[in-house]
Amino acid sequence: MSSIADPVAGTSRSDAKAAAAAPAIALPVAGERELRLDLFRGMALWLIFIDHLPANILTWFTIRNYGFSDATEIFIFISGYTAAFVYGRAMLEAGFVVATARIMRRVWQIYVAHVFLFTIFLAEISYVATRFENPLYSEEMGIMDFLKQPDVTIVQALLLRFRPVNMDVLPLYIVLMLFLPVILWLMKWRADVALALSVLLYALTWHFDWYLTAYPSGFWIFNPFCWQLLFVFGAWCALGGAARMSRILSSPVTMWICIAYLLAAFFVTLTWHIPQLSFLMPKRIEQWMYPITKTDLDVLRFAHFLALAALTVRFLPKDWSGLKSPWLRPLILCGQHSLEIFCLGIFLAFAGHFVLAEVGGGALTHALVSLAGILIMWGVAWVISWYKHSADKGASKTKIAGGNADMAGGSA
Amino acid sequence: MRPGAGAVLVLTLFAGLAAAGFARAQDAAPQTCEVPSHLLSTESTLPKVAEAVKNARPLTVLVVGSRSSTILSSENSAYPAKLQAALKEKLPSTPINLSVELQTGKSAEEVDANLVKLVEAKRPTLVIWQTGTVDAMRSVDPDDFRGAVEEGVAALQNAGSDVVLVNLQYSPRTETMISAPPYLDNMRVVAQQHNVPLFDRFAIMRHWNDAGDFDLFSTFHGTDMAKRVHACLGRALSKFVLDAARLDQAQQN
Repeated sequence: MSSIADPVAGTSRSDAKAAAAAPAIALPVAGERELRLDLFRGMALWLIFIDHLPANILTWFTIRNYGFSDATEIFIFISGYTAAFVYGRAMLEAGFVVATARIMRRVWQIYVAHVFLFTIFLAEISYVATRFENPLYSEEMGIMDFLKQPDVTIVQALLLRFRPVNMDVLPLYIVLMLFLPVILWLMKWRADVALALSVLLYALTWHFDWYLTAYPSGFWIFNPFCWQLLFVFGAWCALGGAARMSRILSSPVTMWICIAYLLAAFFVTLTWHIPQLSFLMPKRIEQWMYPITKTDLDVLRFAHFLALAALTVRFLPKDWSGLKSPWLRPLILCGQHSLEIFCLGIFLAFAGHFVLAEVGGGALTHALVSLAGILIMWGVAWVISWYKHSADKGASKTKIAGGNADMAGGSA
Repeated sequence: MRPGAGAVLVLTLFAGLAAAGFARAQDAAPQTCEVPSHLLSTESTLPKVAEAVKNARPLTVLVVGSRSSTILSSENSAYPAKLQAALKEKLPSTPINLSVELQTGKSAEEVDANLVKLVEAKRPTLVIWQTGTVDAMRSVDPDDFRGAVEEGVAALQNAGSDVVLVNLQYSPRTETMISAPPYLDNMRVVAQQHNVPLFDRFAIMRHWNDAGDFDLFSTFHGTDMAKRVHACLGRALSKFVLDAARLDQAQQN
């Protein structure tokens, strides 16, 4: 499990000595946009959307059915990567204050997006609550009771403490972005120290069981103290870490470890879907392994993501011609406007639930709703990019100067 | 970009899905509410139940649950009553005493406090504990929930009862509001560690919904569907209990 994480951390230290003469962080050459990031972020957005809908045929295409990690890991890692790439450059060129100011503006945008989504959610469930009285679910309907005290609920929502189901990623993202200036500042000084501190925080959180409380009870579904590890690791990779790891990533040993781990994880997930197979799982391993927590980003999940990422980087080169193919264009387009498309995905998931609930219907309707949602995401991404390039004031100017930062992932 | 190529991709996908959808719709079963056998079999056993039946002693069953263990104003159609009827039918020589203790609106931890009292009063051979819904609605810390279920199961076992855990209902309407997975997972863990059979109500109901036995998305207001679902649950639960007690084959022979 940690066998993949270890060599990564190990060599980064030794390499750091070799690179000591060079500046602490090395930014990739500006210019060509890293399309792989957009591609996989777009994919993560589609998968998150599908996972938020009731299970249907398309659900079988989502990676969480084939291993421990899921689209959230991809999303947070790439977000860390692109955020560091964009704002790291700003910090080098314009200084700490300006970079921080830009990051805070971004945080504000994400916060507003979150509140907007919450409003839509309120509208939906108020409607459902008054319409739906199936006696089979009289107990579950008690969840609507919070509507009886909107004074408390709405204030708690604005404080990010009350989050309905499926609305946990943006608050996590807000907190991570809030700390981005500090992370970048540390990275600028000593990138490996920043990563080491992040690992330390992760370990301490596991040891002392730190968490953020939520309203009316419970805790944040994505523990920021743990999930920061992926975000910081993404940032570290963006600021030269990936380049320094390239030797490990290209070694066949790494490749085989990754493949073996992914296969093992696949087998374990297989026993969830086909319970008849569970007799093959040794009880002792089960007891050691479960539960694989998503809240605290279990090491097994993190390692699974690392293995996936390592293989992806190995087999999908930066200059792969497929990245320019029109077939992948919808994914890339969605990945390039991730905040908007993410919010849209959450909204569409609500709407999809709603449609399914009102219209009913079988497997076909379920699949159609998922597919329609993806088409809408693609369409909106296309419209947004059209605005940016053709309709907005000064669209042609920004293409050269500021547009680059925005394009490379200023958007979430 | 070339929208044409994208459209072709999407249409191809769409056609494939449509075909798959039709295929599924056609082999949808009639309303028999059958349950796949793996959802009704368990490695864990119910030795006390088996012993009572073999020695022709009365079988005392206590159902502890929240509101989803009943149907308001028609308790006799809820799954505990159906379970009793099915057990009586299958074990004609064994007297079955079944009682229900509703712990409405109580989390697992709050039910813990009453469990021992209940068991001491009734001395049941088997306790069927339905839990998780209230905890999920209040989003109780899943670790705390697991601790509470563990404690409850241990208390019941110490008091000399067999235990069957029953998890949450599959409720597609509230899926956007109640997060069931952590509670389902933790109940599975406790069941595994304490060797307690877990009646996977969630998976069974989801199966019925997918197979077309019931449309659980329905907004229908009457109690009719609730009664049919509970009848099916009661029957499935009786099979599950007999399987866990390894009594099914013995009775048939």
